[in-house]
Amino acid sequence: MPAKNLQHIEDNFEMLQILDKEGKVVNDPAMPELSDGELKELMRRMVYTRIWDQRALSLNRQGRLGFYAPVAGQEASMLASEFAMEKEDWLLPSYRDIPQLVWHGYPLYQAFLYSRGHFEGGRIPKDVHAVMPQIIIAAQCTQTAGIALGLKKRGRKNVAFSYFGDGATSQGDFYEGLNFAGVYKAPAVFICQNNRFAISVPVEKQTAAGTLAQKAVAAGIKGIQVDGMDPLAVYAAAKMARERAIQGEGPTLIETLTYRYGPHTMAGDDPTRYRTKELTSEWEQRDPLIRFRNFLQSLGLWSQEDEEQTVNQAKEDVAQALKKADQVQKQKVSDLLSIMYEHPTQNLQEQLEEYKKKEGI
Amino acid sequence: MAQMTMIQAITDALRTELKNNENVLVFGEDVAKNGGVFRATEGLYNEFGEDRVFDTPLAESGIGGLALGLALQEYRPVMEIQFFGFVFEAMDAIASQMARIRYRSGGVYQAPVTIRAPFGGGVKTPELHADNLEGLFYECPGLKVVIPSNPYDAKGLLISSIRDNDPVLFLEHMKLYRSFREEVPEQDYTVELGKAKVAKEGKDISIITYGAMVRTSLKAADLLKAEGIDAEVIDLRTISPLDTETITKSVQKTGRAVVVQEAQKQAGIAAHVIAEINDRALLYLEAPVGRVTSPDTVFPFAAAEDVWLPNEKDIVEKVKAIIHF
Repeated sequence: MPAKNLQHIEDNFEMLQILDKEGKVVNDPAMPELSDGELKELMRRMVYTRIWDQRALSLNRQGRLGFYAPVAGQEASMLASEFAMEKEDWLLPSYRDIPQLVWHGYPLYQAFLYSRGHFEGGRIPKDVHAVMPQIIIAAQCTQTAGIALGLKKRGRKNVAFSYFGDGATSQGDFYEGLNFAGVYKAPAVFICQNNRFAISVPVEKQTAAGTLAQKAVAAGIKGIQVDGMDPLAVYAAAKMARERAIQGEGPTLIETLTYRYGPHTMAGDDPTRYRTKELTSEWEQRDPLIRFRNFLQSLGLWSQEDEEQTVNQAKEDVAQALKKADQVQKQKVSDLLSIMYEHPTQNLQEQLEEYKKKEGI
Repeated sequence: MAQMTMIQAITDALRTELKNNENVLVFGEDVAKNGGVFRATEGLYNEFGEDRVFDTPLAESGIGGLALGLALQEYRPVMEIQFFGFVFEAMDAIASQMARIRYRSGGVYQAPVTIRAPFGGGVKTPELHADNLEGLFYECPGLKVVIPSNPYDAKGLLISSIRDNDPVLFLEHMKLYRSFREEVPEQDYTVELGKAKVAKEGKDISIITYGAMVRTSLKAADLLKAEGIDAEVIDLRTISPLDTETITKSVQKTGRAVVVQEAQKQAGIAAHVIAEINDRALLYLEAPVGRVTSPDTVFPFAAAEDVWLPNEKDIVEKVKAIIHF
């Protein structure tokens, strides 16, 4: 009996796919309602982000950027889910989820400053509803429950979107976040981008569970697994989860099956130590940009000109953002001493005087 | 004025702030219908309803993350850690998340969270309930740590903590909860954070202490008086940030000091207080600064507690040794 029950659970977590890897519609009833303009915009964002990611890797190698976690391969998981968010929804990203932050309104030059370890990078503009990228794996999950509960208490029709990876599902905070949000029926959407490797450890060594989506069952919330290389499936799931959340039906866990083509971060990770080239090329054939481009071209919605325009725009924006980041004042220790508390304490006041002198202020 | 125990003063402070500010939320394990395992939140659920005073699932890290999330929605969360010994489960939420959010956001976000937790020895708890872990949090930049020694201060300091825009760890010594009553005003008032109090003036030696050891030190000062030694007792009230001005002024006056804490020698903040005295008043000293602490074991099993905890005789002996150095 127990084995049969488990099979029953796993049977409910079939992967949602709408576009196959060639870009053909294989699941018409699940097709989300998106206008031609919206479809084009989603494609534009994915192409733009791919270019920006390539530029970021090269800038990192030149020493012009600092900490950077590559995103290529995950564009559909990241951008098609963020596409379901409203401006007033709250975003809680991990360190890899910079693209969602940028498309949610966070300026690109600040993303570069964050990468360089400059405190201006953490100054989320007032009209952008987001928290800085989370480093501690799954810590954003419990905070998501708090933000979502706050939105509910305030009576706002908005949702908290939380992003993390497959490794995060091994953390206590992942389950605590889902569980708290479930108890309070808080409007939260938890998006687990399962890119198969937590740095080097494969998902099979994170859990004996057949899917990560089924981890929702224990928290009593809805779980769904989607093809994370299929922007339409990701969007459809995120949109559905958002609707449920604002209608008071509680949180949803979305597992997107995806892959990062590059290393974990640009700080010396060598993926050939833990992944085969065959596996990577297998995933590259499922590329979200290729399939979405095919789909849009079949509808006559995406031309070579659109592609070139987007690529050029991305390159230009990166150059501009970099220029702006270079113009920001050098980071000072005295700046940091001033923002430890609302009002500097006795000892900080003394140290502030000391560092102001050192830094010639 | 009413006569209140420290726990009544704490409940009164929570009620005062729940009334004053609709953004104040009180939550934790068993705090709603049950009124908390020590009854610190007694009656608040009935008075303010489940929207303001609510139970959480049994997970300290989740409680901490929930508090920070609510703070980012401009609430002023007052979360309870049921016993301070359980705080390690919430260490990331407190030390890495709340205490850093102002810094990480370049001053854009803040976490006006108050973390209440009962702690301290002398009440024969099971293990991992009484631990003196305040020193760990003294070492967390971005956090404040407050430890009241009496009902009047408890109410005023708790109101200040809830109104403070930085995260405050508010530690309530279990032995003090119901051990004595004193006059506590029924209206709202504050006691400033970061300011120590001269609990008793004296000219011969400064006894610098906090929490339950304030009462013990005052008893020691009485015994010393009979022997002709006039001790000053400083109640730190806030251990982070330390009120170095009050400490320095007192030591410069008396020329001698003993730091008293219930925590183990390797824990607590005695070593930090001594370092501050070295930095600021070394040349005023007539003798080395003494220390009265518990020994460096894990917080003891209940049967060994009475011997393990520092008492007024330990303080008297140490003071005499420093006086006659």
